[in-house]
Amino acid sequence: MSFQIKEQSKKYDICIVGSGAGGGMAAHILSQQGFKIALMEAGPNFDPANEEQRTQLRWPYESPRRGASTTRPFGDFDMAYGGWNLEGEPYTQKNQTQFDWFRSRMLGGRTNHWGRISLRFGPLDFKRRDFDGKGDNWPIGYDDVKPYYDKVDQMIGVFGTRENIPNEPDGYFLPPPKPRLHELYLKQATGKVNIPMIPSRLSILTKTVNKKRGACFYCSQCSRSCSIYADFSSSSVLVNPAMETGNVDLYVNAMVRQVLTNGEGEATGVSYINKDDMQEYEIKAKVVILAASACSSARILLNSKSAQHPNGLANSSDIVGKYLHDSTGSSRMGIIPSLMDRKRYNEDGVGGMHMYTPWWLNDNKNLGFTRGYHIEYWGGMGMPAYGFGFNVDKLNGRFPGKNGETKKAGGYGQEYKEDVSRFYGSTVGMAGRGESIPRKENYCEIDPHTVDKFGIPVLRFNYEWSSEEQKQAQHMNDTFEEIITSMGGIPLGEKPGKEQNYGLENPGRIIHEVGTTRMGDDPRTSVVNTYNQAHDVDNVFVMDGGAFVSQADKNPTWTILALAWRASDYLTKELKNRSI
Amino acid sequence: MNRRDTIKTMFIGGIGSSLVLTSCMQEQETAVADLQKGDVLHYGRTPQEEARDERLLSSNFFTDDEMETITILSDIIMPADDQSGSATDAEVPAFIEFISKDMPEHQTPLKGGIMWLNHESNRRFNKVFNSLGKDDQLTIIDDIAYPEEVKPEYEQGATFFSRVRNLVTTGYFTSKIGIEYLGYKGNIPNAWDGVPQDVLDKHNMAYDENMLKNSIKMEERGEIMDWSNYKV
Repeated sequence: MSFQIKEQSKKYDICIVGSGAGGGMAAHILSQQGFKIALMEAGPNFDPANEEQRTQLRWPYESPRRGASTTRPFGDFDMAYGGWNLEGEPYTQKNQTQFDWFRSRMLGGRTNHWGRISLRFGPLDFKRRDFDGKGDNWPIGYDDVKPYYDKVDQMIGVFGTRENIPNEPDGYFLPPPKPRLHELYLKQATGKVNIPMIPSRLSILTKTVNKKRGACFYCSQCSRSCSIYADFSSSSVLVNPAMETGNVDLYVNAMVRQVLTNGEGEATGVSYINKDDMQEYEIKAKVVILAASACSSARILLNSKSAQHPNGLANSSDIVGKYLHDSTGSSRMGIIPSLMDRKRYNEDGVGGMHMYTPWWLNDNKNLGFTRGYHIEYWGGMGMPAYGFGFNVDKLNGRFPGKNGETKKAGGYGQEYKEDVSRFYGSTVGMAGRGESIPRKENYCEIDPHTVDKFGIPVLRFNYEWSSEEQKQAQHMNDTFEEIITSMGGIPLGEKPGKEQNYGLENPGRIIHEVGTTRMGDDPRTSVVNTYNQAHDVDNVFVMDGGAFVSQADKNPTWTILALAWRASDYLTKELKNRSI
Repeated sequence: MNRRDTIKTMFIGGIGSSLVLTSCMQEQETAVADLQKGDVLHYGRTPQEEARDERLLSSNFFTDDEMETITILSDIIMPADDQSGSATDAEVPAFIEFISKDMPEHQTPLKGGIMWLNHESNRRFNKVFNSLGKDDQLTIIDDIAYPEEVKPEYEQGATFFSRVRNLVTTGYFTSKIGIEYLGYKGNIPNAWDGVPQDVLDKHNMAYDENMLKNSIKMEERGEIMDWSNYKV
């Protein structure tokens, strides 16, 4: 069999690699401007309204494993085709460090399952170095991005409340849902210990924003991707309207290997492996936008070596892959005796928490760490899935029964069955999501020895937390106990100590990895300029989280969307002025 | 109105959808029944996932005798009562057979645990566990069902029983019978307008003025958001 790279005769204005938040936004904005676009997606087509793909409103017993996480890391009904380990697509580690890389291969990427937590970065978040002398400032500030946050809010929809908190900017908010019972308990408990708690800010439509999307019907299953598009996912909200313009050709199961360049070092398109026939193809385009996720875009650039770009494309600075950083994370659960033996009613609500705690100690300089975290909460009478009812023997010997007597832990039979039911809805959990300090020493690079099943050299990671992140996680766990105790609850499990790294999750577990192609004014210390355009190559852009200088304690998606829109406006002007 | 029509209606209009919801909530049973038609293997799988499920379902891990032991243990842990059916009624043994193939870490502890049980049964009664009368079975179970008070010589048996109890409990409460017994009321299109007043009263909780003022009003949820008087 001959192996021949097949060229497409069609030449596109723009080739976009990746259909998640950044790529979807670019496709949406640029297709409206009339540009002819090739949109490359490494996974299959996906539509949550497609009956064959739908998991929303399914019951645990529709799955023979009752929704367990054997094949999908967040369970059978989670809508991410992927995970931390993909068959035939390895990545490697360096210096005994550990980074866990989550990839979702499907139209819309990880936006189909994410928590919809849609927080703007505040003024301080763009200029943290000015504040603590660590890391670097962004070359842009809140005022540069604000107009785009405003537009994203109104086009996509996010609920919340205007709170006038300095570093938690308000936006165009849809009305939030009322708190659930455990959230009222939490609000009261946090109030007693002077920790704020405000309505969460989630991109879920409590009222709709256009006629193509429905309003939330409160099944709490946004992680399954909404079949009436009442939550934000890139495929439903951005790629669908982009396709309707007629200007976008969507290539699915297309695994991009590299950006192609000409003798002048300019990009001419991309090459990709078609997963269906395992042949390599080329797409020609005047502009290439990488939005494959921070690490995948860095990998494509590093794999795009040429005579003009011997260190990889857009990498004369040697910064591509450096400054990789994820959010910190740690969590704890507790049981609240006054929530035992609860009256049953439907409290599914929206997918995720109705209230959360924004970082509240920006003015405290004596914490031993300088960056903050927000707290996410869960609890309530949710739908059971695999794991429900495990370890009831750790609880049922600790609380007196209805007759006032405490039984032996464990057991079986009708009394035990009633015990399981008693505890339903009486536990709450909370997790901190914090800002880490980006460091050059945390990076991904090309592993010189290993290729994936497509023959593409894979990434090798080197990532370690510093004492800043450890101290922050320690503070999280002190706070969690304070809140649970203030609720009249009992913390479950052991408080993680130094030996457990204070419960700090491995880097990569929070799936907020950013920073690998960071923006800056100086081409020697950054990869892209303030409009996500590569310093070295005018017609290459990176519009995913790679462009982040730092990631705040805010989930990155809303900022990826705002920056991609901003960069797409800039690119439109450049193309129309024929500057590119 | 079935679920699919409900979703279609909500999608198209949003208009008056609170009315649609109200009527559908009263017909909850119909909608739920409709959803239960989905057969195993058709729950939104990718082709690779479907092939894996088929492969696991096409083989047996436990022998007939082992399955009988699992069934006996399941019904000891989750018996039928006047409110709901037993673990067997809820098809828990079939779930345990599947999950043992799906998660190989269960295999040795379960097979070995059944062997332990038979050894103990032979030692005491000169019969395998399945052949014992209910009372004799329970004398062994009582020695391994209370992990905090177990005698040293029964520790391994208690570890086995705890694993079985976890699997039976999760299998039961994720079944239709178990979910109905538990009283989970969700997984259905509805309108969330806060905690019922009697529950708020019982817990001495209340929505404060801000929460009431800012939260979505159910009668407005079919509207398209109008930003004209909105100031950031």
